[in-house]
Amino acid sequence: MAQTTALQQSRKYNGLMDWITTVDHKKIGILYLFSGIFFLLLGGIEALLIRWQLVRPMNDFVSGETFNQLITMHGTTMIFLAAMPMLFGFMNAVVPLQIGARDVAFPFINSLGFWLFFFGGVMLNLSWFFGAAPNAGWTAYAPLSTQPEATGVDFYALGLQISGFGSLMAGINFLVTILNMRAPGMKLMRMPLFTWTTFVASALIVFAFPPLTVGLFMLMFERLFGAVYFDPAMGGNVIIWEHLFWIFGHPEVYILILPAFGIFSEIIPTFARKRLFGYTTMVFATMLIGFLGFMVWVHHMFTVGLGPVANSIFAVATMAIAVPTGVKIFNWLFTLWGGQIKFNVAMLYSVAFIPSFLVGGMTGVMLSVAPADYQYHDSYFVVAHFHYVIVGGVVYGLFAGLYYWFPLMFGKALSEKLGYWQFWLFFIGFHLTFFPQHFLGLFGMPRRVFTYLPNQGFETMNLLSTIGAFFMGVSTIILLVAVVKAFMSKHVVKPDHWGDGRTLEWTLPVPTPEYNFAQTPLVKGLDTFWLEKMAGNKRVSVAEPVSDIHMPNNSLIPFFMSLGLFIAGLGAIFQKDNMVIGWSLIAFGLLMTFVSMFLRSWIDDHGYYIPKSQVEADLKAIREKGEQ
Amino acid sequence: MKSFKKLLFGIVPMMMFALLLSGCGVEGLSALRPMGEGAEIQLRIILISLAIMLFVLVIVTVIYVYVLMKFRRKDDSIPKQVEGSSTLELIWTVVPIILLIILAVPTITTTVELAKAKEAKKEEEINVTANLYWWEFEYPNAGVVTGQELVIPTGKRVGINLTSKDVIHSFWVPALSGKTDTNPGLDNEMWLHANEPGTFYGKCAELCGPSHALMDFKVIALDQEDYDQWLEDMKAKQDENAETLTADNQNLTVGEAVYVESCLSCHGGGKVAPSLTNFGDREWLAGYLENNEEELKEWIRDPQEKKQGALMPGFSEGQISDEELDALVDFLYDQKID
Repeated sequence: MAQTTALQQSRKYNGLMDWITTVDHKKIGILYLFSGIFFLLLGGIEALLIRWQLVRPMNDFVSGETFNQLITMHGTTMIFLAAMPMLFGFMNAVVPLQIGARDVAFPFINSLGFWLFFFGGVMLNLSWFFGAAPNAGWTAYAPLSTQPEATGVDFYALGLQISGFGSLMAGINFLVTILNMRAPGMKLMRMPLFTWTTFVASALIVFAFPPLTVGLFMLMFERLFGAVYFDPAMGGNVIIWEHLFWIFGHPEVYILILPAFGIFSEIIPTFARKRLFGYTTMVFATMLIGFLGFMVWVHHMFTVGLGPVANSIFAVATMAIAVPTGVKIFNWLFTLWGGQIKFNVAMLYSVAFIPSFLVGGMTGVMLSVAPADYQYHDSYFVVAHFHYVIVGGVVYGLFAGLYYWFPLMFGKALSEKLGYWQFWLFFIGFHLTFFPQHFLGLFGMPRRVFTYLPNQGFETMNLLSTIGAFFMGVSTIILLVAVVKAFMSKHVVKPDHWGDGRTLEWTLPVPTPEYNFAQTPLVKGLDTFWLEKMAGNKRVSVAEPVSDIHMPNNSLIPFFMSLGLFIAGLGAIFQKDNMVIGWSLIAFGLLMTFVSMFLRSWIDDHGYYIPKSQVEADLKAIREKGEQ
Repeated sequence: MKSFKKLLFGIVPMMMFALLLSGCGVEGLSALRPMGEGAEIQLRIILISLAIMLFVLVIVTVIYVYVLMKFRRKDDSIPKQVEGSSTLELIWTVVPIILLIILAVPTITTTVELAKAKEAKKEEEINVTANLYWWEFEYPNAGVVTGQELVIPTGKRVGINLTSKDVIHSFWVPALSGKTDTNPGLDNEMWLHANEPGTFYGKCAELCGPSHALMDFKVIALDQEDYDQWLEDMKAKQDENAETLTADNQNLTVGEAVYVESCLSCHGGGKVAPSLTNFGDREWLAGYLENNEEELKEWIRDPQEKKQGALMPGFSEGQISDEELDALVDFLYDQKID
């Protein structure tokens, strides 16, 4: 094979071009992570503006219209552009390593998925510069979202559509990767829990995103091209959107929380130095939660008037989800039981997650009681509930994962000292913000109100809530400082940075070579690295001799494919005002996308080989470094 | 674990204190102070579910605190690698199932009970129509239309039909009952019940536009007798207005004339804009402002200033002069039935 390598030189780029063209899952993971953090900051600023407006009754910091844009963008940004991409970041960075693969199944599609997400997110946020951001809530209920003057919703429909394609591709890619790319011996029931939860979440993406796609198409056609799906005057029905949105929306919650569960299921055994308690049950509980997640969407619609029979059935189905979730909580507790628990920042977030998420779970069961939900629904009680689940669950998981895998991804460690400050400020701020909101809801404060009247009992709790939000704001600034500090530091970490690594990603040298594993590992059981360590082996067994490694080429095509859709999307929005500019943009954008697709099909891209000699040289260098 | 203790002794009492300060919310508004059968039923099942959940919380907290205190890393030894325990796992699967069955039974019976709007309608029926950003209340049997203040009799379930003219809103009177959405093009129903005469605060609970937060209304519960009297008076006043306040009438006062010219076309039937038949009795203007002359004049001049997105046009001095406005305001405050 050595002679072909000369012919098939990899098309290498440097600097920015390398990042735009990369198909390396580790780099795409970093792109996802940093885009996610960027949008997290945007959504966070929006949250602070929201809380500042609500700091006292009848505040006039922003108008009702601006407030609605802020809440819509806060919700949409946090769910679609912050939480999901950051999770995709960890999935990309970690899952192929955990299963002993050299890349994902479809590196090209991986890159395409990222750029679609990125351009979708940019489009959504461009709305701020074109007059108005979407203002119908992240749920975009029709017919509020189909009012012609709410032009921001155009950006919502098209931006989410484009980024949704990206999510769908990521989901398919991970499903195939996990099924097909596992190293020898990595049986399904030996996969680390983060890989398992990624697998189930990917399956949920594949089934949950199509309803959203359909809904968004209907919304787009209604807004831009005169369709009347949701217009009762023309025989339409406004509830269709609610069903489509929540058939997607409820599984979406599990798409976010299951990978977070996976992160905790990695960190807790690592720092308790104990194998995950009830591994098999954990796997089946994950699947059950994923399955039941599709059976409960009507609990978001108890007050719509679907009748007592529908409400009762969906109430009981919702309660059922508490069972597998409870099993998980107890399994984590009993993983800790009898362990040797080390508290670092990653572990603090994981441990703090248990009571925080438990409160969210408790209010979840309370919300499932349909007649009680008539009171909670669309009140601040619901706001408190889902922030306990999404911040106390998903965001804690993201922060825990960031501290845990940062050394693996970047070869540097985040400061633990800053991390403690970050954690405690965030933890206190989080509870201070959202715990009082339970009471606000029960006292009669609806959600999504831009202001409230004095003397209705809402002042104290809102003030507390706003103070808490600023705690979280300060905490986030500290996190940024920690990240910058880590990058500035010259100290490079060792492999298996935590010393207690159990899974394959910790066997890799730092920085991880682009081909990940010089020799594909041979997996001997759950937590195979731990098993080898316990057996006294320094390295995991390998399943093949050193040989040439085949790698995919970088490509500019995904970037342009996505850019084309982005341009066409903007054209679709602009054609309402200016037919000529709008339709030219649509034509130009779609042409760019289709030409890119044609080029992808027409040009054979066989990738390239990293010669055996280089792999051997790398191995030698790494071993010498390790022995120093 | 010191910081954890600090937290436990710092944050929790602070929240308790805050809770103490605000009690259980404001009477007439808070769902924690039910004033009618619906809210009582709902509070009861809220407390049942809370009790079951607190039971779970206590168990988890005990294990959690014990584990975090007991199993902190002391040395470099490797703990025993436990795979799991079928017995334990069976326990924490079966016990929650039992708890949830205990919760599911009252959930279903209560859901059915709260859905008995048809029976209530045989006694008393009111149509609620939500609009951007105001509420229309129609008494179909009496032929009365009013807005912003819903008057109901006490001591019985009142059947309510709900719909919307524009976007989705949601009808919520926390102290009396949970909410029901008003969907354009679709009809919903529910029942309301108030134990005693009184005033209760209502809110729109579904995002409906920039002034969603200002779409408040009131429910006024009267004894059956007073209620019947009120309906009768309303009907009489409404009929009288329909007869006298017309463009052909030559004997209108200045205020009446301005009303007929500028207000009647929308406010007349109470269907396009809120009926003003009992405007002088209302405590609030536009759902949330104090109902006084100054606010009312400002409102008529520029409703957008007070309620962004309101559909009422503003009237400039060219349309209604200052003197005419004075007369109009006098006329409006005369619109009362008490």
